[in-house]
Amino acid sequence: MNVVVCIKQVPGTTEVEIDPKTNTLIREGVKSILNPFDVYALEEGVRIKEQHGGKVTAISMGPPQAEEALREAIAAGADEAILLSDGAFAGSDTLATSFVLAKACTKIADYDLIICGRQTIDGDTGQVGPELAENLGIPFVAYVSKIEEIKDGRMRVRRMIEEGYEVIEMSLPGVITVVKEINVPRLPSLRGMAKARSAQIPIWTAQGLGVPMEKVGLLGSPTRVIGIFRPQRTRRGELLQGSLEQQVEELVDKLRQAKTV
Amino acid sequence: MAIHIDPDKCNGCGLCIPACPFGLIEVVADKAQVGEGCTLCGAYQEACEYDAIIIEVEEKAAPSDRFRGVWVFAEQRDGQLKSAAYELLAKGRELANTLGTELCAVCFGHDVAGLEELIHYGADKVYLADDPVFADCQEDLYAGRLASLISEHEPEILLAPATSLGRSFIPRVAAILETGLTADCTALEIDEKSRLLLQTRPTFGGNIMATITCQTRRPQMATVRPHVFRKGVPDEKRRGEIIRVDFDREAVTSRTKLLHFVADLSERVKLEDADVIVAGGRGLGEAENFQLLAELADVLGAALASSRPPVDDGWIPYPHQIGQTGKTVCPKLYIACGISGAAQHLAGMQTSDVIVAINEDANAPIFEVATYGIVGDLFQVVPLLTGKLRDARL
Ligand SMILES: Cc1cc2nc3c(=O)[nH]c(=O)nc-3n(C[C@H](O)[C@H](O)[C@H](O)COP(=O)(O)OP(=O)(O)OC[C@H]3O[C@@H](n4cnc5c(N)ncnc54)[C@H](O)[C@@H]3O)c2cc1C
Ligand SMILES: Nc1ncnc2c1ncn2[C@@H]1O[C@H](COP(=O)(O)O)[C@@H](O)[C@H]1O
Repeated sequence: MNVVVCIKQVPGTTEVEIDPKTNTLIREGVKSILNPFDVYALEEGVRIKEQHGGKVTAISMGPPQAEEALREAIAAGADEAILLSDGAFAGSDTLATSFVLAKACTKIADYDLIICGRQTIDGDTGQVGPELAENLGIPFVAYVSKIEEIKDGRMRVRRMIEEGYEVIEMSLPGVITVVKEINVPRLPSLRGMAKARSAQIPIWTAQGLGVPMEKVGLLGSPTRVIGIFRPQRTRRGELLQGSLEQQVEELVDKLRQAKTV
Repeated sequence: MAIHIDPDKCNGCGLCIPACPFGLIEVVADKAQVGEGCTLCGAYQEACEYDAIIIEVEEKAAPSDRFRGVWVFAEQRDGQLKSAAYELLAKGRELANTLGTELCAVCFGHDVAGLEELIHYGADKVYLADDPVFADCQEDLYAGRLASLISEHEPEILLAPATSLGRSFIPRVAAILETGLTADCTALEIDEKSRLLLQTRPTFGGNIMATITCQTRRPQMATVRPHVFRKGVPDEKRRGEIIRVDFDREAVTSRTKLLHFVADLSERVKLEDADVIVAGGRGLGEAENFQLLAELADVLGAALASSRPPVDDGWIPYPHQIGQTGKTVCPKLYIACGISGAAQHLAGMQTSDVIVAINEDANAPIFEVATYGIVGDLFQVVPLLTGKLRDARL
């Protein structure tokens, strides 16, 4: 089983602020981390390799510093890592990103399974995984919480849905996205960290991947962010006053008047 | 596509700096410079009084006028339409009226009950693919069929629920059609001049809202967070058409197969459908204290919910989690006990009709969204409240 894990480097916090004067995102001092959901994807890839043999390749599309995230992936147990980086990729939305990732997977060629996180914490879309599967023309299952069995080119997984979970069988190669219920990631080993430091991480560019310019970056991205703002909190209600008994009494009265209880 | 700043015209006044929504502009040596990550949205071009900012956009073919109509994917499960279908119809009707076009629902399933209701709730047409293989949500087949229907009828907008089904197969439809898709929208509006759909959604865990458009490709596609829009009032006199579309079973085989489904029985009352929800957070201190909330929930006939830390610590199972990575709810009454009100939690409950917050910290952000707040120790307030409500019942 050769597994490809797609990882992304994201800002280390979601508590980003908008400068009230300039209405722009304040970025200073925010350090980058490996997208938390992708840590589960990596761990699952490593577990599959340990059980079934093969190798784990981590790939990431991003600016040159995304290499740090790939080193983290090697520390966590990935055998190889590839950075997909090119000025032409800047501004890619999920469609363009999934196109580049698909090209990289095609170039890697001998993969049986591709694992993505359920979503990133900056974009929060969860679209890259399914779009990648479609670009490659292979089956896809989202929100996988358990891999039950891998056998004879097929895989049986649990997939979380609103009402419970489904047990689904898929043919391989395929793409899954995983939720955090799937495993408890291990801490990086000393050996892994040493390996991460010395690992060679090749960079694949647009040309190397053979991606046409109109399919990536801004040109290849149908969506545009035209504005950002701080969510308005629509109401600022009242803090009740008096002793706790009085407050509770007043609350019950108000709820009854509003016919909510 | 590129952006240039004309060095002869730019005098480094800095007017453009606040106009960039991403804070990418700097003035270096009296000339403006644009950093990496520019989306060429054009916001600061208008701010420049000296016409020094030039954005070269290769004229992309504007989407053809052929694309007309607003479509809504009406999700069903076990032959029952999900409430999200009606919510999307309410919003879809509004968008279609603004655009002066028709509203169509698309439903895939087998023996789905109450299809006329889609018309009563606003659809002009219902495209129905009825086949036993569609009874289970067969995403592999859904994606191909929906994409081909869209190619045939060319709607300008497609809305689908941001449920586990919608968020999983709609991106595949977008990839087949090579068009844009905006995930998990919480507000939708039409820009009447351009007919563009303005799609607003939370990012950065709900800390920032972003408005997104899809200018050159069609349809404009969005998944929409359930329980954000309100279902409308049905009009049983509304007329419309139910159009059966075929599904060529021989032509495709699904590469994924549903073996079985296991229902989650840990919820007494389904959270998404509950009128009243009592929720607890880290302030409860330990698992046993959920009992306190369970008593309050009992008196109110409410469902029990939680912020993330109690789930992480194993006090209550994951299906009870409300928020960005849990469920989104919109009950008539949401009582938050010992929950600080982080953006990721608010993302799942802030549209509730009435929010009551009980927290000992008067500065907790939960009070910013609460209709009524009690600053105090929940271990005193909750039993008092339970007692008062119980007395009131008798
Ligand atoms: C990517 C990501 C996704 C996330 N998704 C979610 C999500 O889906 N849902 C979610 O809820 N969170 C989510 N979080 C976590 C979120 O950021 C907060 O950490 C979390 O919501 C805090 O939970 P809390 O309010 O219970 O705990 P805290 O923030 O620790 O607040 C506890 C509150 O209890 C009060 N308190 C303590 N003792 C008492 C007492 N005796 N009486 C009254 N009040 C008391 C305190 O004043 C405090 O305000 C996510 C975070 C990330 C990064
Ligand atoms: N730039 C990227 N490089 C590699 N993988 C990515 C990238 N963006 C997203 N992914 C993968 O797709 C998943 C979903 O991302 P998103 O659609 O952005 O929420 C992530 O958890 C990653 O596994």
